Amino acid sequence: MPTEFRLPELGEGIAEADVIRVLVHEGDTIAVGQAVATIETEKATVDVPSEVAGTVTSIAVKEGQTVSPGTVILAVDAAASAQAAPTAPTPEAQPAAAGSAPTPEAAPQPSAPAQPAPTPVPAAEQPAAPAPHPAAPEPATANAAPAQPATPPPAPAARSGAFAAPSVRLFAREIGVDIATVTGSAPGGRIDIEDVKRHAREHTSSAASTSSYAPQALPDFSAFGPVAREPLSRFRRTVARNMVTSASEIPQVTLFASADIGAFEAVRRAHRDEASKAGGTITNLVILVKLIALALREFPHFNASIDMQADELVLKDYVHIGLAVDTDRGLAVSVFRDADKKSLAELAVDLKGIIERSKANTMTIEEMRGSTFTISTLESMGIGHFTPLVNWPEVAILGVGRDTDLPSYENDELHARRRWALSLSLDHRVVDGADGARFLSWLVNAIQQPSMLDAGGAS
Amino acid sequence: MTTEATPPPPSQAQQPLRLAVLGAGPGGYAAAFHAADLGMNVTLIDDAPQPGGVCLYRGCIPSKALLHATHTIEEARAASAWGITFADPQIDLDGLRGWKQRVVDRLTRGLGALGRQRKIRYLQGRGQFTDPHTLHVRTADELTSVTFDYAIVATGSLPAMPQALRLDSPLVMDSTAALELEDVPETLLIVGGGYIGLELGSVYATLGSRVTVVEMTTGLLPGADRDLVEPLEKRLRGQFHEILLNTRVAALEEHAGGIRATLASTELDNVQRDFSKVLVAVGRVPNSRNLGLEHTGVQVTSRGFVTVDHMLRTAEPSIYAIGDIAGEPMLAHKATHEGRVAVEAMLGQPSIFDPTGIPAVVFTDPEIAWCGLTESQARERGIEIEITKFPWAASGRTITMGRNDGVTKLIVEPGTQRILGIGIAGTGAGELIGEAVVALEMGTRVQDLHLTIHAHPTLSETLMEAASLYYNQSPHYIARTSRAAE
Repeated sequence: MPTEFRLPELGEGIAEADVIRVLVHEGDTIAVGQAVATIETEKATVDVPSEVAGTVTSIAVKEGQTVSPGTVILAVDAAASAQAAPTAPTPEAQPAAAGSAPTPEAAPQPSAPAQPAPTPVPAAEQPAAPAPHPAAPEPATANAAPAQPATPPPAPAARSGAFAAPSVRLFAREIGVDIATVTGSAPGGRIDIEDVKRHAREHTSSAASTSSYAPQALPDFSAFGPVAREPLSRFRRTVARNMVTSASEIPQVTLFASADIGAFEAVRRAHRDEASKAGGTITNLVILVKLIALALREFPHFNASIDMQADELVLKDYVHIGLAVDTDRGLAVSVFRDADKKSLAELAVDLKGIIERSKANTMTIEEMRGSTFTISTLESMGIGHFTPLVNWPEVAILGVGRDTDLPSYENDELHARRRWALSLSLDHRVVDGADGARFLSWLVNAIQQPSMLDAGGAS
Repeated sequence: MTTEATPPPPSQAQQPLRLAVLGAGPGGYAAAFHAADLGMNVTLIDDAPQPGGVCLYRGCIPSKALLHATHTIEEARAASAWGITFADPQIDLDGLRGWKQRVVDRLTRGLGALGRQRKIRYLQGRGQFTDPHTLHVRTADELTSVTFDYAIVATGSLPAMPQALRLDSPLVMDSTAALELEDVPETLLIVGGGYIGLELGSVYATLGSRVTVVEMTTGLLPGADRDLVEPLEKRLRGQFHEILLNTRVAALEEHAGGIRATLASTELDNVQRDFSKVLVAVGRVPNSRNLGLEHTGVQVTSRGFVTVDHMLRTAEPSIYAIGDIAGEPMLAHKATHEGRVAVEAMLGQPSIFDPTGIPAVVFTDPEIAWCGLTESQARERGIEIEITKFPWAASGRTITMGRNDGVTKLIVEPGTQRILGIGIAGTGAGELIGEAVVALEMGTRVQDLHLTIHAHPTLSETLMEAASLYYNQSPHYIARTSRAAE
């Protein structure tokens, strides 16, 4: 008897993923724990370890396909049960004779993978969305990725089988809610219009919201010259949605400042040995993460989220600092957990891991969630001040620009001082410009006088 | 091609968008009408004098007119059991054909008028794409070039004619020829036990032909649940001379003023039989050839279907495809709905083709109709279902009609008690399926049907009774197992 392996749960709120690569072939013998496929969720690319062992008899997914928890990935023939007693009655194969009566389209199972042959493959299920990996280490995939020029642009996924009336399904499409992710409250789990509205409201407080965002129709660019279209990766789509949420939900103000980082050298020296013993390096960024963590303890409203539904402020009693990382695929946020409680050496080790894993694309979804404040750095790109977008639903984001030697008069003498360009964007619903100014000058002072780190703050 | 063919950007266009619809069947004309209603500048192209397509000219409508007429003969015959005896009917074939033609003419002319009222430009001719924004249309007297912002390919399908059965003889008919009703052959061989063969076979049998049906697979109406086919097969076995299953027609040849057919099966080893005429009804193939699709980015599968997505978009951004050419099931009402979706999608509305079920109706006597999941599909795909079935013998209404051969069954999702599929066999099943499709599409649970008052005495009660039976609460039928109502 073949044993099916279905996609396990991917983490809270993750309803689907795209198959990037299938790592096994029919006939392969696989072990429990062996990676069988690479999938891309809204947050990360992860390998799916098998929960079954045996010889692969069939592979039910293909690259580019969208899958959800419960989708059959493959089937194996466990060696022990091979050639067992005759199995249950085989269902009569559908005769494929010409002259067949019309076969009504049915398939109310959302996950039913087998489409009758004559049905054209809907675009959403075509291998049309390989993640663009222009600089990926594997040359094979880099070549394979753009080779789908003739495929129609992706359509909204068909959701035949949604337990809801057509008018409710249309409403969901109109407000950009995927009906397959809505939980029905009517008897038996039927979805009514109130369920869709509630889902839209609730998911305004989770990063993947598309509610109330109806993109404008585009002009026909081909009227002006030749164009090509390429599908957005799920990753890019997530970034796009999150940025729309940030820009449309949060009234933002950005404050600029600069801070002398001359004192960092002493801090680095003081903690260098401890850090290198632990396997990390104290960089300016590590020190900054620590100082921000302390600032957030000092200014708890910057470590909060606003709940407009409840007219409440959610104050978080933990400090997780997100770091926006530029990866091959685009922007990703990695999280320093409990940064206020960690030593500089521990944070240095964390940073090393973040950089390594984001380069290798092995970041797990869990380590990308839960940040309470985010740092975005364009330091190495030579950019000075900029206006970062708050990483919704957080309250503020700090943009770190390049450090420059600037003239500074001290006791009538001119000195060159290395200064960082800092930009703080904040949610004006939660805090005011003056609050932001206080937060930012506290931080500038801390950067210029980091002795507080040794005065017990860096426990 | 000329440069003025380049369309203006839709969102900034002062001029309405130009839509060309190739094919004026139930998909094409519905799309054209809807597009015109939404303000587009529409050209509708078809080689018939009026819109209507196969459905009106050579399919659904003429066959239903003939079936209605022959059903009257059957009813009159059955009436002798109720104490009313009519004389044998006098059949005037010219009169019958004329009536059928009047039905077709009236409906197609009506469509033509509806198109003109919408200011749709109707071109009678054959169209071919020359590039993704141009069609060349050959009309009776000229070659016209039509440029468009968008086009919809709705050219439908043609009767399939396997090579082995291809015989240049007027005695071998496809469904189009059979509907012409040239004569009533003494003996008629029907190749194919699908809905077309059985519907036309019923017409000819009632008019007096000795009908033999040959079906390659194990049963009539492949794809339909066996318990729905059973009442029909029982009746047809009385009406038809012979029904040969698992049998293949190996060859046809003209012989002594008729057709000699070679039949092959496990029992029949290339047996030869003679027939006055033959109807080949082995299915339909998409009409995607000679459309110039190779001059566009449109993709066509090896079976001839145009590949589309849920918005009916082809791989060519300016071209959509709907109806038979866009995939199974090849049904007029599917095409009509797709036409609506395609037009709305090109206007940027959030329309997708997303039905829970598409009803299928076989207009035989008794009729068979179903929608949504069938029992056999559920079994094939390993979907767990519950079935509740109400036999028509327990319905008061069917007894008054003298026709209690039928069944109404619900296919139910365990746990949620959601109705996943409905199948009906019996007189009027084609009309009854309407309630079933609404129930299915609305996400109805069995209990909803059970608690909805249905008029007495009507056939629609069988849907309610089937639902009540799920809870073992049918007043007129006692099931063996019981299930507590909520």
